[in-house]
Amino acid sequence: MSGAFFAVDNIGIRFGGVVAVDGVSFSVDKGECFTIIGPNGAGKTTIFNLIGLIYPATSGTITFEGKVLNGLPPHRVAAQGIARTFQNIELFEHASVLQNLLIGRHRHRRTGLWEELLFLPSVRRAEIEMREAVEEVIEFLDLAKYRDSVVAGLPYGVRKVVELARALATKPKLLLLDEPSSGLNPEETDDMAFWIEDIKKVLGITVLMVEHDMNLVSRVSDRVLALNEGKPIAEGTPAEVQSHPAVVEAYLGGAEQVS
Amino acid sequence: MRFIFKTSYEQDIRLFKHGGQVFWYALLALLLVSAPWWTSEYVMSQLQFILIYAIVGFGLMMLVGFTGQISLGHAAFLAVGAYTEALMQAAGVPFVVSISCSALFAGVVGIIVGLPALRLKGIYLAIATIAFNVIIEEIVTRWDSLTGGNSGKHLKAIDLFGWKMESDGQFFAVCLVLAVLACLACVNLLRSPTGRAFVAIRDSEISASCMGVNLAWYKTLAFAFSAALTGVAGALYAHKVSFISPEQFTLLVSIELVTIVILGGVGFLHGAVLGSAFLIVLPQLISIAKDYLPAGLAPSGLQAVVFGSVLVAFIIFEPLGLYGRWLKVRTWFELFPFYRRGMFRRQRTYTKSERLR
Amino acid sequence: MLQLLLAGTAQGCVYALVALGFVLIYKATETVNFAQGDLMMLGAFFAFTASVALGWPYWATIVFALAVMAVVGMAVERIVLRPVLGYPQFTVVMITIGVGYVMRGIVTMVPGWGTDTYQIRTPFADEVWKLGGLVVPVQQAAVIVMTMALCAVLYLFFSRTRIGIAMQATSQNQLAAYYMGIPVRRVNNLIWGISAAVAAFAGILLAPVTFVHSNMGFIGLKAFPAAVVGGFGSVPGAVVGGLIIGLVEALAGFYLPEGWKDIAAYVVVLAVLLVKPSGIFGETIRKKV
Repeated sequence: MSGAFFAVDNIGIRFGGVVAVDGVSFSVDKGECFTIIGPNGAGKTTIFNLIGLIYPATSGTITFEGKVLNGLPPHRVAAQGIARTFQNIELFEHASVLQNLLIGRHRHRRTGLWEELLFLPSVRRAEIEMREAVEEVIEFLDLAKYRDSVVAGLPYGVRKVVELARALATKPKLLLLDEPSSGLNPEETDDMAFWIEDIKKVLGITVLMVEHDMNLVSRVSDRVLALNEGKPIAEGTPAEVQSHPAVVEAYLGGAEQVS
Repeated sequence: MRFIFKTSYEQDIRLFKHGGQVFWYALLALLLVSAPWWTSEYVMSQLQFILIYAIVGFGLMMLVGFTGQISLGHAAFLAVGAYTEALMQAAGVPFVVSISCSALFAGVVGIIVGLPALRLKGIYLAIATIAFNVIIEEIVTRWDSLTGGNSGKHLKAIDLFGWKMESDGQFFAVCLVLAVLACLACVNLLRSPTGRAFVAIRDSEISASCMGVNLAWYKTLAFAFSAALTGVAGALYAHKVSFISPEQFTLLVSIELVTIVILGGVGFLHGAVLGSAFLIVLPQLISIAKDYLPAGLAPSGLQAVVFGSVLVAFIIFEPLGLYGRWLKVRTWFELFPFYRRGMFRRQRTYTKSERLR
Repeated sequence: MLQLLLAGTAQGCVYALVALGFVLIYKATETVNFAQGDLMMLGAFFAFTASVALGWPYWATIVFALAVMAVVGMAVERIVLRPVLGYPQFTVVMITIGVGYVMRGIVTMVPGWGTDTYQIRTPFADEVWKLGGLVVPVQQAAVIVMTMALCAVLYLFFSRTRIGIAMQATSQNQLAAYYMGIPVRRVNNLIWGISAAVAAFAGILLAPVTFVHSNMGFIGLKAFPAAVVGGFGSVPGAVVGGLIIGLVEALAGFYLPEGWKDIAAYVVVLAVLLVKPSGIFGETIRKKV
């Protein structure tokens, strides 16, 4: 799997006696959108947590641009250029949208503690640079009118977008989206699809996604991996995977046929 | 009503958001700087205390209000600062050096106390800080060759480059300068990436670390910074009371320090000053009230009753503290007559298990 | 040596009872009650008043104190804690600290109580049994026996009765408990009443050792290390933790130089927190993102 932009090789984790993820391997090419699907409990978010090094994998390796990620502390993952969103929105509730995005720029910070204590001109310049970078993201995702609002009061759809914006603010090379359309109405899901396409084509960011909404998956993804109970069951283009018998059985129980 | 039309990033970064703020803070500065000339000796003494506790308040606010860590043991840092200053002054060390050492040693102890914070949250962290407080207090008491144990230590007036600060006004000036510097340090941190990292840790540790915030580094930094500020306050406190002993740094004192933050308003730097002022003024009011107590009720318990009741009342009725109340009042005037009652009301939450935070 | 262990066990029982009291509250509402020691103190005062002012026999004063404190506990919950349901844990801790202050202050202000130290007469004061070479003060034996009895009762209550299980449910997820039809507010109220009664019981048992005075609640602080060592949220843990702390203190007081006895409990708790914060019987839970 060497040479691939991002690769996961035979990764697995067990929590006590429960094997949540068992021998999953896939690779993601630069610039593509790779989606992982599967019924609830299949281990999709767990894989994201493994990649983000929140849980240590009990087996397998994770490689990004040729570098092995296993064993790094979670905060070093962002430095590598990987960003993620969370299924249950983990925003900084008592801060404004702008501050949330600015924290996203954290890995690009160049100033040290003493400079900040005295607020030297170098810090001021760095602040302005960060703000300019963050403004690009705000413009990209149409968040201008929420810029100074405290996150805690915002509607759910907007918070999902802020979550995406914060991940983009880190200027990642690989973006992990955990169920980006969950909880969104059709219009918002449409917007999300456009944005993911723009992220891929305009910003050139590789996207690794977990998703349930099959329309979104077919629209946006280049390749799909289906999981069930922690194991891979099918991989290919969206059309191939959706009609794969094992996938159908996992979702529908095998009794009916999807025509 | 004031609308601020922003045209540059500078405006967001600046300390004062608009001319009105500059005016009021300048007025406050003028009042404070001239205070030695127009206040009575008693008021001056109280003001000194308020400034000293405000510095502790700033430190504690940064830790509790902005980084979301709990410390019920800050009196330990106060003690470290106070005793360092006492010992160094006795050894003839100049004031500028001794107070820097107070900050430094307190900061180091802060790092040590902060070590459990890397793995503990909530009540466990609180208990760990309590444990540290008790242990440090005991160490200070037992190590009497160094600290004088229960017989305490005396201090002389501050000697700044040969200029003896004997008068109240001079000591007040020192306190004021240090308080302003402490405030500036906090404000500067808060508007730069470090401050944002603190807030991130407070609100969601997991996503903070996914954004690249090194939790261990920033938590330790928060503790160290908070402890260093408290150490400076401790040194000033030592000079103020000119006699220190271990009983002045017990767990009860730690609790009082935390109430500064809570009464003032968690999450607002102004709260540190307001809370400190309130804490100093309250006992005066209680003393006055004692005269009105019905006969038969011993007045000695009144302090505790009032203190406890005020704490409980604030938490129930004014969770945003004194500064929160001020914000509401100001907003009422600004939006008059459009102020709506529910504007600052927190969303109703159900207690979810803290273990799953 | 055995003498020492016995004394330590008896003291540990008192810690265990106080720890038990607030583990009960913690289990039900995830509130950490810093006023537990002061509830204990108040209970002891009520028992003292019943014994001296009303002249009742020992067992009657126990029942009286328990009943009164149960009411006090429920009142505290209703007045002070009900409004802050849903607030972050630290805020609620501070409120309980405030309540503790108020209780101490009120006790000091009441005529006839004040800041003096009092004694409760017990039926077994000063008697000793001799078992082998061991001198067993009946007082200590009584403490141990009564503690065990209470623990057994509470254990059965939590594991066998519906209310007990309901209390565990509300501790973990209040909203879900509401949905399941559990009268969450009444359950919380009841828990506070029980916990205050347990605290009163501890106070009465402690009274012969420390005597009754307004600051006797500070011993309650040692109950926190006890609860942590045993595992927060675990009833047997509180008892085991209390016993461990009591024993460690007794041993430290004998073998280690002066001053170690006071901090022994805190050194132990720091060690436990650094190694296994969930304590002996505690559970480790992770958040799922």
